[in-house]
Amino acid sequence: MAGITSIGAYIPMYRLSGEEIGNMWRAKGTTGGKAVAGYDEDSVTMAVAAALDCMKASDKGPDALYFATTTAPYKEKQHAAVIAGVIDLDRRCHTADFTNSLRAGTTAMKSAVDAVKSGSAGRVLLAASDCRMGAPGGRFEQILGDGAAAIMIGSAGVIADIQGSYSLFNDFTDEWRTGNDAFVRSGEGRFVDEAGYVPTMEEAISGVLKSCSLKPGDCSKVVFAASDSRRHAHLAKSLGFDKAQVQDHLLADIGHTGTPAALMMLVAALEEAAPGDTILFANYGDGADAFVFRVTEEIGRIRGKPRMGDRLAKKRSIGYGTYLRWRDLLPFEASSLPERAEPSLAARWREGRTVSALYGVKCRKCGTPQLHPIGQRIRVCVACQSKDEFDAYKFSDKTGKLFTYAIDHLQPTKNPPGLNGVVDFDGGGRLICELTDYDLDKVAIGMPVAMTFRKLSQGKGIVNYFWKATPLTQQGRE
Amino acid sequence: MESIRDKVAIVGMGCTKFGERWDMGVEDLLVEAAYEAFQDAGIEPKEIQAAWLGTVFSGMTALTMSPLGLQYIPMTRVENMCATGTEALRAASYAVAAGICDVALAIGVEKLKDSGQTGVKGPAIIGDNPDGTSSIGSGYSAPASFAYLGTRYFHQYNLDPDEGKRLLAEIAVKNHYNGSLNPKAHFQNRLTVEQVVKAPIVAWPLGLFDCCGVSDGAAAAIVTRADMAKNFRADPVYLKGLAVTVGARQGSMRQDYDYVHIEENVLAARRVYAEAGISDPRKEISLAEVHDCFTCHELILYEDLGFSPRGRAKEDIDAGTFTLAGELPINTDGGLKCFGHPLGASGLRMMYEVYKQLQGKAGPRQVKNPRLGLTHNLGGNAGNGIASCVVVGSERSR
Repeated sequence: MAGITSIGAYIPMYRLSGEEIGNMWRAKGTTGGKAVAGYDEDSVTMAVAAALDCMKASDKGPDALYFATTTAPYKEKQHAAVIAGVIDLDRRCHTADFTNSLRAGTTAMKSAVDAVKSGSAGRVLLAASDCRMGAPGGRFEQILGDGAAAIMIGSAGVIADIQGSYSLFNDFTDEWRTGNDAFVRSGEGRFVDEAGYVPTMEEAISGVLKSCSLKPGDCSKVVFAASDSRRHAHLAKSLGFDKAQVQDHLLADIGHTGTPAALMMLVAALEEAAPGDTILFANYGDGADAFVFRVTEEIGRIRGKPRMGDRLAKKRSIGYGTYLRWRDLLPFEASSLPERAEPSLAARWREGRTVSALYGVKCRKCGTPQLHPIGQRIRVCVACQSKDEFDAYKFSDKTGKLFTYAIDHLQPTKNPPGLNGVVDFDGGGRLICELTDYDLDKVAIGMPVAMTFRKLSQGKGIVNYFWKATPLTQQGRE
Repeated sequence: MESIRDKVAIVGMGCTKFGERWDMGVEDLLVEAAYEAFQDAGIEPKEIQAAWLGTVFSGMTALTMSPLGLQYIPMTRVENMCATGTEALRAASYAVAAGICDVALAIGVEKLKDSGQTGVKGPAIIGDNPDGTSSIGSGYSAPASFAYLGTRYFHQYNLDPDEGKRLLAEIAVKNHYNGSLNPKAHFQNRLTVEQVVKAPIVAWPLGLFDCCGVSDGAAAAIVTRADMAKNFRADPVYLKGLAVTVGARQGSMRQDYDYVHIEENVLAARRVYAEAGISDPRKEISLAEVHDCFTCHELILYEDLGFSPRGRAKEDIDAGTFTLAGELPINTDGGLKCFGHPLGASGLRMMYEVYKQLQGKAGPRQVKNPRLGLTHNLGGNAGNGIASCVVVGSERSR
């Protein structure tokens, strides 16, 4: 048996409404909105959040990590390795990036299933994430949103068993970017539908149903991606599915999230699924991948975990000006404060375990957990002054409380003013760090916080990632 | 272990006008401060036997000091963040006390305004490597690093934000009033509480007028053996104690640090009082120049230095205890807030004011019959901070 053993997703909390975009360009906006990655988020940080969400529901870590995206921050450098370090996987974990197609996520899923079936991996974690942009004033600006999904494929504790799959490639140019394009390009709408999307998806979906000896009416849920709701409804109808069978496409809430879009829908479908359900899952991009899953009794394990509805509910509107600034779409006046040095590659390497998984130390003599400001490691215990008597101690998974804070109008940030705080970790240890995804009016001493992996700054072509604190509500992250 | 008490005296001091000295280079500032000190001591430059330069950013010993024209004497640049000026005085005083030289120069300078930028450059910014070659961390500003204290102080002592802001404003208003009586101060304007409270926020709860000036300036002291002091002048000022403490990351990494005091300050004060034989600092000290880089730090210093009981600085602020006419005048020359803060010069600038006050030469700012004065600096923040305290007096007791 091989199939899905755990699921996770991440939706950034910021929303840009179609109305706001429409007002900017004096055009009719969409009725919904799109999820916008925060100024300090990118495909890597969102994939980390989804992967950690997925790992929460899993007893064991994976033997392989596949990262799927079309918006990788680096052209040359593996992101799966970055993510594997951050989520603290074993060094022998097999890592790979799947990219350049909106189908990269399902291609990775097929490879993951093959790896598990062949026995080369016990568990494969697949994280898909995208942060695509449409040119200002255009159709894609309104419909492209940001998000991430993560799915663990394994052979033990399977919640959705894979019954069959069907894939085909199609060298068809409908949406694309060259290396120099910041924004998605596309072919003309009806051509894309009639010559590409509809026949390709029909072939894959019919193919997988036939291989599993199923008819459209046998499916409890049909989960497939489309770049807009009209296209989505049209395909469902032409394949003979009832509205009740069709999984919500999330487009009105968060926009089209690209590579993770279909996987996020699959996560939402599984969160609502019952044992014995048959789920048809298909994804499009340079061809199509289609799968049939049978939900098992193990689905009970994910009951009570966060649902897509909870993730969608944590949202805050932003204005168009904020969007321009966060996505670097306009040059802004430089700070008159002194420039800081670029991050040193050697210093970042020395601090590797702290930068990636927020490792500090715990003193073997006095038991004090301690985390240093990066740039200066701990050789002498801050509590008892013992030298080099430490065990590694991970802080990234610890919650904490805000001891004091400063709202900093001088800090160079794309989201002024900066908020910095002194975080006291539950179980010991203190860190002075930035906060993110907060409501400034609700920030208070004693506020519970969790840690989240973000971008701090970018210079010399290096994305300088580190951890920030974020308010924790009783349900989870605010 | 011996004490510095009454072994060393200051016999001459100089201080430039602080401010945006566009027309003055580092060399001009040094010459201005040093020659005022030479003249004040009644000596020729050639009588200086050794010199210590305090500067954080304005160069290295030989490059910076050679324009001063002192002929082939030993010189050393010292650095101790915002206590750098005091560090130069410490080095010169200890050399004299050790009998290695009889007349030494301590001089501090900072030329911050040639950078074309509005703040103080790293590596003082948290999150940078200490050598300034790499910045990986958050990079919050210096005001933010002190705002943590204000936010926590308000919380700890149940001050609502308006009341807290008002208290801080009273400190800025006091220091600007004092500075307005001082032609050498960077700023010459008086402020009202309302102006301070309504100023744009820099790092909550600190507004623009809660932050000290970024200034150019230099200050200098001539030190000699206490037993030789009267050969130079009738009214020398004697060192009674000098203490420096450096943190070991307690504040930034340990949960038992409370953010309503700075341990470096408390220990430096305790040690200097012991060395100077002071048991009740509030009664015995006539005036103090303290490190009011941000108003919330002066607030905490009232308690750290033992002038107000813990959590009760408010009562003394409201009683006017620390005003020019109060029981214990603090920052009589305007402080960092109004006089300005050229890092390497500030410790010696503070001493310049205390020296003039003890000699009765402080003009409209003169405190009545001062006997003992204190200067205090803090560089960095709690846990990675450096605090210095110096006590000087007008009489030699042995």
